Amino acid sequence: MSSDHTPTADGTETQSTQEARLGEGADDRFNSTLREAFGSTPFILTKFDKFMNWVRGSSMFMLQFGIACCSIEMMHTYAVKHDLDRFGAGVPRASPRQADVIIVPGTIVSKFAPRMKRVYDQMPEPKFVVSMGSCTISGGPFQEGYNVIKGAEEVIPVDIHVPGCPPRPEALVYGVAKLQERIANGESAPVTVKPYELEQFGDLEQDELVDKLADDIDEEDLVMRYNWSDSP
Amino acid sequence: MSLEEPESDILATEEQVGVSEGEVDYDELAALLGDTVIDRERHVNAEGFVVRPDEVQDALFALRNEAGFDHCSCVTAQEYDDRYESIYHLKKYDDPTQEVSVVVPTSKDDPVSQSAEPVYRTADWHEREAYDLVGIDYEGHPDMRRILLPETWQGHPLSQDFSGEEPQVVTLREHANPLQEDHRGQDDTDTMFLNIGPHHPATHGVLHIETVLDGEQVADLDPDIGYLHRCEEQMCQQGTYRHQIMPYPDRWDYISAGILNEWAYARAAEDLADIEVPEYAQVVRTMSAELCRIASHMLAVSTFALDIYGDFTALFMYGIRDREAVQNILEDLTGQRLMFNYLRLGGVAWDLPEPREEFFEKIRDFVDELPERLAEYHDMMTSNEILQMRTVDTGVLPPEEAKSYGATGPVARGSGIDYDLRRDDPYGYYDQLDWDVVTEDGCDNFARLLVRLREVEESARIIEQCVDLLEDWPEDEREIQSNVPRTLRPDPDTEIYRAVEGAKGELGIYMRSDGTDKPARFKIRSPCFSNLQTLPVMSEGEYIPDMIASLGSLDIVLGEVDR
Ligand code: SF4
Repeated sequence: MSSDHTPTADGTETQSTQEARLGEGADDRFNSTLREAFGSTPFILTKFDKFMNWVRGSSMFMLQFGIACCSIEMMHTYAVKHDLDRFGAGVPRASPRQADVIIVPGTIVSKFAPRMKRVYDQMPEPKFVVSMGSCTISGGPFQEGYNVIKGAEEVIPVDIHVPGCPPRPEALVYGVAKLQERIANGESAPVTVKPYELEQFGDLEQDELVDKLADDIDEEDLVMRYNWSDSP
Repeated sequence: MSLEEPESDILATEEQVGVSEGEVDYDELAALLGDTVIDRERHVNAEGFVVRPDEVQDALFALRNEAGFDHCSCVTAQEYDDRYESIYHLKKYDDPTQEVSVVVPTSKDDPVSQSAEPVYRTADWHEREAYDLVGIDYEGHPDMRRILLPETWQGHPLSQDFSGEEPQVVTLREHANPLQEDHRGQDDTDTMFLNIGPHHPATHGVLHIETVLDGEQVADLDPDIGYLHRCEEQMCQQGTYRHQIMPYPDRWDYISAGILNEWAYARAAEDLADIEVPEYAQVVRTMSAELCRIASHMLAVSTFALDIYGDFTALFMYGIRDREAVQNILEDLTGQRLMFNYLRLGGVAWDLPEPREEFFEKIRDFVDELPERLAEYHDMMTSNEILQMRTVDTGVLPPEEAKSYGATGPVARGSGIDYDLRRDDPYGYYDQLDWDVVTEDGCDNFARLLVRLREVEESARIIEQCVDLLEDWPEDEREIQSNVPRTLRPDPDTEIYRAVEGAKGELGIYMRSDGTDKPARFKIRSPCFSNLQTLPVMSEGEYIPDMIASLGSLDIVLGEVDR
């Protein structure tokens, strides 16, 4: 241990420069190999932003969020054997307000899309999105479904796409590790165009459909306008 | 029981009306129904009686009360060029091979028919679904509104004139607070409305439960589904029988129950197109299906523990550990961890992996270790006092209610209903193996948990016997697939409803062919859809944490509820 005093041949105790700089204080139990690795100077000089990004990437709080089949593999990723926690990203949070990464594991349908948007909106900044599975990329096997949103990106911006149907847990681990790497490097996803932004019903363009629904929906209600053939 | 026909008096002491020598006597049933029947049809599985749309209840009451058809397994709605049609697929809990269909045609311009809800409570949701997707209106239905699609949806997607091109507007606040309506006439201000889900860790997926609480007790509860309605029926109607449909069943009940679901489609399609399956393939199917059942029950049990104990506890990890073991075996067999796509019409995709001994060894290891692992579950769950306090006598589902809601699978068997299609309507290799159907009389959350744990043991017994058989199977008789034409075109207007025992209960498929290589109508009867309907019965008046436990004990998969 570096904080131990090294007795010299003649029995008197001398201190190395590092030991002198470390000084008294830190209990052995708090020592870490990292501290040793800093060498003679237990100080680091870095830009605050860089440090923050590194911290952010190393301790991510995932949102406990399951949609469809992919969430089964996501559970396996969290649990024994694959254990995402090894990468500093394994404690799922039940509340979006405590989470900073959302893994979107499954098919998004018209009824669920606004809800997902709302959950995403409730997460504090900075927040990141990993989309898991073909469904969140393009609608996957259900792309032609009358009710299926073709990809998570139509509703919220996505940082990392993990393809597969479902992706193996290893693939998800890789995706999360990549995300951590990007965060540590301070990269973020390009802002994507989101065709299905939630709007207040009163702000929608007036057309036949809006007129028809006007009796049922309040002006202030948040709505998503969805057109199957419009989406990419 | 009133007997309308004196001739059948001698038989009737032992057999019900409409049954002779263990078979359904359709002529006698027709006589029982009398003038309500306007025509008769032959489906592959049973005969159908065509009934006037305003006499549905009379016909169904007669069939239920006098002929003993107490299980309405499914309601299929479809649109023809000249009419709409609803089909009630009826069965008996005592003997599911005795089936009859009640076919109700309605006109194109005024598709209204009488609701079956007063006869079978399960018809409630089934008819709402028929209204939602096909557009038939049911007169006398207590709550006719959309069930899967958003309230504001325009059109009925499985009707003929639907085009996906129309824009849709979906609101975030789908439903108004049900407080006023449910408590109309009472000045009961003590209640509180609570939304549970659609994103909530305890709902096992994207289920939304609208709950009204009175203090800590559930005063009223209404499951709101459809957050994962990904058009499974449409997808299957667009696919060809031979190749394009099989991948989808994996995704209905995605908790590793893939092969069980595939079997539902394989069985229905094989019976529809008259395809034989070689015996060897049947054994392989039986073995792999039971592996899936173990994986599925393990997740059910471990998430149930999660619901009761809270966060990621030891039991959940145990469950996942055992599932990993099963998934490894299945991966060796099929090449996939979750979406197996292993069954083919007429057999399976490929033979067991080589070297076979190693594969058998692996399965045997797993099966041998299982009793020890199950003992751990029993130690930590069933003999745990806290869990017993939470689950014994909570979420009670009396057998009559369960039958009326069409509950099947572990949910029914936990209420003492001895109903298992593997034994009662045999398929595959089950009837030649030695195993038991598990039932418990508790009717509560604890009973359903016990049923699942004991079923795992039974599945292991089946797997062991299959491995024995496969080991000794002569090498030149290992036929994995029969000869099936490249393109299947079943005869036009053949209709079939066939079910298998999925992980959650009776998983049935209705198909109608129109002479092309794709089904004209593909309807999925999902066990979870019917089972979830029992939630209000189980939870009203109970404490809210017990409601969560009941929901866990139902073991629903939203992919299958919403399809
Ligand atoms: S990508 Fe495949 S496995 Fe994942 S949710 Fe979609 S269908 Fe299911």
